[in-house]
Amino acid sequence: MNPTMTLATARRVLLQLRHDPRTVVLLVAVPALLMLLLRYVFDSTQAFNLLAPALLGVFPFTLMFLVTSITTLRERTSGTLERLMTTPIGKLDLLAGYAAAFGLVALVQVVVAVLVSVALGLDLVGSFWSLLLVTALDSLLGVAIGLFASAFARTEFQALQFMPVVVLPQLLLCGLFHPRDQMATVLRWASNVMPMSYAVDALKRVSAGAQLSGSYLIDLTVVAGCVLTALALAAATLRRQTE
Amino acid sequence: MVQSDGLVVVRGKTEVLHGLTFTVRRGSVTGLLGPSGCGKTTLIRAIVGTQVIRAGQLLVLDLHAGDAALRGAVGYASQEASVYADLTVAENVRYFASAVRAPASDIDRVIAQVDMTRHADRLTGELSGGERSRVSLAVALLGDPRLLVLDEPTVGLDPVLREDLWGLFGELSATGITLLVSSHVMEEAERCDELLLMRAGHLLAHESPASLKHRTRTASLDAAFLHLINEAGDAA
Repeated sequence: MNPTMTLATARRVLLQLRHDPRTVVLLVAVPALLMLLLRYVFDSTQAFNLLAPALLGVFPFTLMFLVTSITTLRERTSGTLERLMTTPIGKLDLLAGYAAAFGLVALVQVVVAVLVSVALGLDLVGSFWSLLLVTALDSLLGVAIGLFASAFARTEFQALQFMPVVVLPQLLLCGLFHPRDQMATVLRWASNVMPMSYAVDALKRVSAGAQLSGSYLIDLTVVAGCVLTALALAAATLRRQTE
Repeated sequence: MVQSDGLVVVRGKTEVLHGLTFTVRRGSVTGLLGPSGCGKTTLIRAIVGTQVIRAGQLLVLDLHAGDAALRGAVGYASQEASVYADLTVAENVRYFASAVRAPASDIDRVIAQVDMTRHADRLTGELSGGERSRVSLAVALLGDPRLLVLDEPTVGLDPVLREDLWGLFGELSATGITLLVSSHVMEEAERCDELLLMRAGHLLAHESPASLKHRTRTASLDAAFLHLINEAGDAA
């Protein structure tokens, strides 16, 4: 790892985004607008409070997954990745640069979404910062899995198809629609190996007032571990030489 | 500079290069010529270390192709301009300069070398195809590489720009840089010191343009190349 190259990569990714203001607006505004929509779909603060914490994790995760997998796929198909692989830049420099740049975007995104949710009547018992920490970590998970998933797509069309594959099963099993401990055994097992289940658990605990300890800390550790694992797997899919 | 001995490359299930043996002389401008699909790009990818080699030996600057010590020592521009369309020319060059650990002073130098200074702040995606490939060439020039490997750098360029680029190749070669330039346009072969003529994964000839014309008793390189193909066909 070389911090100069990681920073140069992060700076480059952010510059690319700066030349694409429409994407930036969509990234920052969409989760907040979805929370607004959710609030008025239920038309009751009570129902909103039941679902909002979990969705604060789901929306940014989905968006960051999509943006990252398509951006990385472009890097793979445009030849710039092959060119970079002939230079001294490390694979981890490249991935960490991506994670840092998109992580920063994700942070702005969740700050806006959380502030809008609180304004809409989200009754936050726990601390604002703990909630921010989980949502940010969850976005970063989207980034890391997106980096990894892009290795299995040859076209942007295929990359898009990965979104329902990666996101929807996790959404169904994360405890949002049905409590995880009341699911059939096999489904509970499946739910236990999906990172989003832990992110949603952590979000529920934080909004219910949990302190930085016990189960909350375990959930956070699991999500952080998944981020690092996905980054390591993504690094393994980057090849300096191909057949 | 580049020494290949019985180089075999297999892509998928097809053998693409069938045991190539040649040497690229230090300081020369060597043209890699042959029809599309003959394996030029595969050979180039092998030299820059992105293509897995099945058999044979390929030495670049006395190291095995793909050696970590070669990263950044070999300047490479692929056929399609491998630069970011959503960055300006200067932003592209600056990022790749940090990737090859080139000094910041290189940025303005290489942009000037490819005559793109007045477009430095334009988005690369908005440039014409020829301009984009010049940006890609600028990136290959970063960090003073001793070997430049360029895959069809003049494709889609008008005759004036093509002439300018070959002029630049001559200047670079005069400073001691070795150039390996692929093309499928025979008239460009006249500008090279040495030619590697390829067809269907085999090497047909490796000599200077003058010697090739003399040996085949032809007036143009086009005719010389056709002569060689017929000769190879008769032998088979």
